[in-house]
Amino acid sequence: MKRQSSTRLFVISGLLLAFALVLLVSPLANPNPDGLNRVAIDEGFAGTETDHGMGDSPLADYAVSGVDDDWLSKGLSGIIGILATFALGLALFALSRKRSESNPARAKGERN
Amino acid sequence: MHIPDGFINAGTSAGAALIAAGGVTVAVKKTSRYLDDKQVPIAGLTAAFVFAVQMLNFPVAAGTSGHLLGGALAAILVGPWAGALCVTVVLVVQAFFADGGITALGLNVLDMAFVTALGGYAIFLGLRKVFPNERSSVVVASGIAAGISVVLSALVFVIQFAIGGNVDLALGSVLAAMVGVHTLIGLGEGIITAATVGLVLSVRPDLVYGARDLGTPLHIPKTSTAEGVS
Repeated sequence: MKRQSSTRLFVISGLLLAFALVLLVSPLANPNPDGLNRVAIDEGFAGTETDHGMGDSPLADYAVSGVDDDWLSKGLSGIIGILATFALGLALFALSRKRSESNPARAKGERN
Repeated sequence: MHIPDGFINAGTSAGAALIAAGGVTVAVKKTSRYLDDKQVPIAGLTAAFVFAVQMLNFPVAAGTSGHLLGGALAAILVGPWAGALCVTVVLVVQAFFADGGITALGLNVLDMAFVTALGGYAIFLGLRKVFPNERSSVVVASGIAAGISVVLSALVFVIQFAIGGNVDLALGSVLAAMVGVHTLIGLGEGIITAATVGLVLSVRPDLVYGARDLGTPLHIPKTSTAEGVS
């Protein structure tokens, strides 16, 4: 029992830490092109990049469209991303978890 | 490291997507052999944490940044196959942020999720065999394995570029540039990974997949003696 509540506490603390990172540290993130983009520029294949199919997404480039303040926009987009990743991860891992042997019918039913 | 659309031709991207889909299928099957109910939220948190830290680009050289890939970190925390799935989930969500191409998703899943998680974990295991069986070794092995995993990821990109790059360039030059900059990024990856694994080990060592064997009576860290034995 205690283990269980402490796992819940761990997960909540972890999510709060992730929120804090995107809210407080991401404004300090280095805006330069990353390693691959730098190599693409230097080696001369950056020009082959095509427009992103989600370039018009309301979350494109880690900003929430309609939110003008840069810090808030990036921070909010990060929180949305964290929660979306957590939710999608929970769903995928709930499907990928070890089934209890005692309940094969349920396990089978969830497969598809 | 996210490959945008256009760097690699459509055929190669489609091939990579097929291999990535196969990899995800295998990963789901392998994960379902060990991931218990308690670990499901931990794996979800690991994915969410990787998403957050991937937003934190650090400077690596003049005019260049890098960020955590996180595959090795996720693998050490929740196991290699679940770790690969964690980063795959991150990459899928990032598509909505226009980060990493859509046709390039399979390429990125291979480079950033599978190569780093499986390759990083293999290196981690190898290092643990030669290091003493104690907590600090787990932390150091995590950092080194994570750092090397970034270079592995860069190497696999160069292979993809060699097969399907949309421009004909001297591969040696691309290879040298990729390995050079990703060695620097690997330093950051190693530091972040070691710090995170160290943090989790200090709070809940039982949640670190790569350190499950540390609970044995011979090598009990003093704080968890009582629980470890029972």
